Amino acid sequence: MSDQEIEYAALLKGRHRISTYFEWVCRIATISALLFLAVLLAGVTWQAWGWLDTQFLTGFDSRRPAKAGLLAGLWGTSWLIFFTAILTVPVGVGAAIYLEEYATDNRLTRLIKLNLSNLAGVPSIVYGMLGVTAFVRMFGMLSAADGWTIAIALGFGTLEIPLPLGRCLLAGSFTLSLLILPVVIIASQEALRAVPPSIRHASYALGATEWQTIRHQVLPAAVPGITTGIILALSRAMGETAPLIVVGAMSYVAFAPGNLDTPMGAVQDPQRVLDAPFDVFTSITIQITNWIEQPKEEFQNLAAAGSLVLLILLVVFNATAIVIRNRAQKKITW
Amino acid sequence: MNSSPTVVTANDNAQNEEPRVDVTSTDAAAATPEESGEASVRTSRPVVAESAITDASHAVKVRAKNVDFFYGTNQVLFDVSLDIPEKSVTALIGPSGCGKSTFLRTLNRMNDIIEGTRHTGDILLEGTDVYDPSIDVVLLRKRVGMVFQKSTPFPKSIFDNIAYGPKVAGLKNKAKLAEIVETSLQRAALWDEVKDRLNSSAMALSGGQQQRLCIARTLATDPDVILMDEPASALDPKSTARVEDLIFELKKNYTIVIVTHNMQQAARVSQQTAFFFQGVLVETGDTHSLFTNPTEKQTEDYITGRFG
Ligand SMILES: Nc1ncnc2c1ncn2[C@@H]1O[C@H](COP(=O)(O)OP(=O)(O)OP(=O)(O)O)[C@@H](O)[C@H]1O
Ligand SMILES: [Mg+2]
Repeated sequence: MSDQEIEYAALLKGRHRISTYFEWVCRIATISALLFLAVLLAGVTWQAWGWLDTQFLTGFDSRRPAKAGLLAGLWGTSWLIFFTAILTVPVGVGAAIYLEEYATDNRLTRLIKLNLSNLAGVPSIVYGMLGVTAFVRMFGMLSAADGWTIAIALGFGTLEIPLPLGRCLLAGSFTLSLLILPVVIIASQEALRAVPPSIRHASYALGATEWQTIRHQVLPAAVPGITTGIILALSRAMGETAPLIVVGAMSYVAFAPGNLDTPMGAVQDPQRVLDAPFDVFTSITIQITNWIEQPKEEFQNLAAAGSLVLLILLVVFNATAIVIRNRAQKKITW
Repeated sequence: MNSSPTVVTANDNAQNEEPRVDVTSTDAAAATPEESGEASVRTSRPVVAESAITDASHAVKVRAKNVDFFYGTNQVLFDVSLDIPEKSVTALIGPSGCGKSTFLRTLNRMNDIIEGTRHTGDILLEGTDVYDPSIDVVLLRKRVGMVFQKSTPFPKSIFDNIAYGPKVAGLKNKAKLAEIVETSLQRAALWDEVKDRLNSSAMALSGGQQQRLCIARTLATDPDVILMDEPASALDPKSTARVEDLIFELKKNYTIVIVTHNMQQAARVSQQTAFFFQGVLVETGDTHSLFTNPTEKQTEDYITGRFG
């Protein structure tokens, strides 16, 4: 063996050792993260034990802890996320498709792309301020004494849209939507960018139009990535408190938006569905915050029970979305 | 090393006993002996124009006139003029990076997709500039089909890969689509290998099978002109021979431009050969005379293996 080879052989053991060390460092990092999570979950569950019952899930808030429930928050959060999703998904995915597939790479688009990442980092309370100005007050325009109301008669009821929107649920959804749009756009852009350009070229070369290429090649390949981005963004929106406080979510509400407190209510009185978006609202997070601030000890248990419900909802929500994503993924066979 | 340009031809003959792949028996109608003689005292471009235009049996299908091409500020094609006769095979040869693929992509405007590219000069398809407003680029790409250097199957089933072109053009008839898929796969010599798994992923095919799939996919759109960028680079000798048979077959009805690094292949399948070097079209002529009697020193050096 040459000197060099002897030296290499001597070094080999050390190289393997470092490799093993690093594996352990990563393993410990994972274990400690899981440990924290387990402790957190155990703590919350411990505190919530005995409080998370049907009364809690089907009752409205109350001054008396034993009678207080999360129903207003459950309905509020569901409506909020529903409208946020409806507003965010088409706009976010559309903007990403435009930026990645159509826009030419000039200074303006570069500026937009750069600012999207900046917007994603803006604290959520700032979006709350924006939401108040833009949606709740609508920049002070239209401010006749009580504002205006646009009434649209539909077959099963009347859609009454107040202008400015005021402190209503829809203003909250608009605000949350603004908050997560940058994240959705960036995630969708990344997913689109991950589709190899050669796939697009091959499609064009076979005489496909831009839309056909996007529809049949690019989107199917990008859907899993886009859905992941949307899920994460909506989960974040679900857990937001600050911007909702700023746009005027109620900390104490004893009714669901539009007085719609059972799914059957929508069938019985469709008018309630039309009223819900413009009603005052609260959310799970707001109720939790409110309970934490209460001096009575029992409210802390309620807060824990509320947190547990939010966690479970998030898990269910994520799981459903992952199933949808995997279905889409199975259709494209790499 | 012996610098005689006939070396290639000799190799070719030695390797291939089939008469039709013998360079000496390829369709040499494009150039008469007088032309070859003249070529030696002329610069290459007039020869190009002459050899193709004087060929009455093959009208010019695609004509490139003084094409310069730029990626940003980087010019990669310099004043390229080339006539491509219809129903024949034109081979583009030259060292790596000399601009063959770039030139090929100008013919069906695939370069439009790459940002920051620019060209001057004209590309005429049957006399009409491909950039003319009357030409729809989508239709142009259906007429001028392309097989890429890197095979890129879509992450879909084999069937959907082949049916994609006709489908996007608007064909909905299932039976017709199935028929097109079968004939295209058969012509690309892939049918027997995949006929039992048309619905499985095209990504699971081997590299060579993917390459033939891409050829079949292009045939399915029924183009006039087929641009092939090294269509046999990942194929074994048997598949290569089948692809060459296919090209030979196709040239009866189609105009074919093929990029190849394989001199024997160029000699076997093409009637006209164009030699590119550093973005310049150094020499064009009918394949037989270009290989046996190149006018330019660079061509001779390249085909005898001195560089590239
Ligand atoms: N998308 C691109 N952007 C910038 N430069 C490019 C691009 N594609 C090719 N080029 C450059 O253009 C020149 C010609 O490339 P081209 O791909 O046409 O060569 P080629 O003759 O096909 O080579 P090969 O035989 O290796 O495939 C090269 O210098 C290459 O670096
Ligand atoms: Mg190339």
